[in-house]
Amino acid sequence: MERPTQIEQQIELPFGESLRISFQSLKIRFGRSIITTAGITLGIAFLVSVWTNNEIDLAMQESGRTEQITSLEEEQEQGISTKDIWLIIMSLIVCVVGIANSMLMAVTERFQEIGTMKCLGALDRFVVRLFLLESGFQGLSGALIGALIGTIGSILLGLKNHGLDLFFYFPLLPANPEEAPMRLGIIVLILLGCILGMVLSVIGAAFPAWRAAQLPPAEAMRTEV
Amino acid sequence: MAETVVKTENVVKEYRMGTNVVRALDGINIEIARGEYISLMGPSGSGKSTLFNMIGALDGPTGGSVYIDGQDMSQLSRSQIAWFRCHRVGYIFQSYNLLPVMSALENVTLPMIFAGLSNRDRNKKGEELLNLVGLGDRTHHRPDELSGGQRQRVAIARAFANDPTIILADEPTANLDTITGREIIDLIRDLNRGKGVTVISATHDLKMLDVSDRIVDIRDGLVERIRNRDEIDIEVGEVGGH
Repeated sequence: MERPTQIEQQIELPFGESLRISFQSLKIRFGRSIITTAGITLGIAFLVSVWTNNEIDLAMQESGRTEQITSLEEEQEQGISTKDIWLIIMSLIVCVVGIANSMLMAVTERFQEIGTMKCLGALDRFVVRLFLLESGFQGLSGALIGALIGTIGSILLGLKNHGLDLFFYFPLLPANPEEAPMRLGIIVLILLGCILGMVLSVIGAAFPAWRAAQLPPAEAMRTEV
Repeated sequence: MAETVVKTENVVKEYRMGTNVVRALDGINIEIARGEYISLMGPSGSGKSTLFNMIGALDGPTGGSVYIDGQDMSQLSRSQIAWFRCHRVGYIFQSYNLLPVMSALENVTLPMIFAGLSNRDRNKKGEELLNLVGLGDRTHHRPDELSGGQRQRVAIARAFANDPTIILADEPTANLDTITGREIIDLIRDLNRGKGVTVISATHDLKMLDVSDRIVDIRDGLVERIRNRDEIDIEVGEVGGH
């Protein structure tokens, strides 16, 4: 009676199927996806606005057009002040924590789904890939919107502080690296913000998804949020 | 006796709760024949769901072995276990566990995607299965547009997606009213007879007794007794009327 039957290796799923399923999930859970994406947008908007604001102030200082502004500041030295560094670090932390939190929640509330997919024969890799695709797309779109909002905010603030002069000295491109290696220009800052937002959301989603995929399905399905 | 499809040898499962170790299963030995309809019965906390998880490769035992089709489950790689879950077992859960973003048809065809079926084949087979469970006109509805009984029917169709040899049903009627529960039990029973699959169901629904070939009573992590159907003298009609 006990003749072992052939158990095969589970097959790898075509990439197209993963892509289709992950986009469908984003589309149908649209409201929830928007909230998660908004979390990313906010973090990146804050970060990029601090960066670009700083960039604009430096450019204006360099142009020698900001005497009336810097005289109001407590610190009059040229370049990045300690306060600015503090702001940049704080905004980075807020951004990291905010994005990690929103991705963590979005994945944890779907542990049962992960357990179910594993019952149906999904490999761990498949589950992780699904979440990589979803979070990558959310991260990129959220970060892009956030970076644009942050930049627009900084420009408005710059206009208020510096008037139309802003546009003559607008630091769109990186400064000469030999003179000012830290001045990256606004285009690079926007790109950096997008990359950071995407990387953070992918890590924030992939880690809990990978953890859930490793669990025995019974345990994953028991998890309640 | 017919061919054995599931065999457990001294299966022990312990859970760690903080510093305490809780022994959910304390050495379970059962053999289940191909085509049988088995009910695992017992109060909450008896260990029946844990045993159910062990048999379905949803969790690994702390000690002992589970053999399915003569294969020791602990010897399989992760990829083989995924294949096994995909091709050999169909799962039915108390809370249906349908994927909320997918239509009935997509839920039923998901295991077929994992099995590598082409788009056309799986849609055809998915529609056949949904017809079989009486939901031929609900293929494009999402779970939140279906009633509890209908959701469980979708889950049953999904369980049969890759022609499994074993159907595992964990309290399939617990969230349903008596009449719908009865319909679901009859449906599973019909499929069990029609397709010759083995059905193993964890339950405390007495309506299940009527259709089971054997009832395994689990108490405190042990098999208390195993009864054949002819040994049971409960009037199911009365029980169902509550």
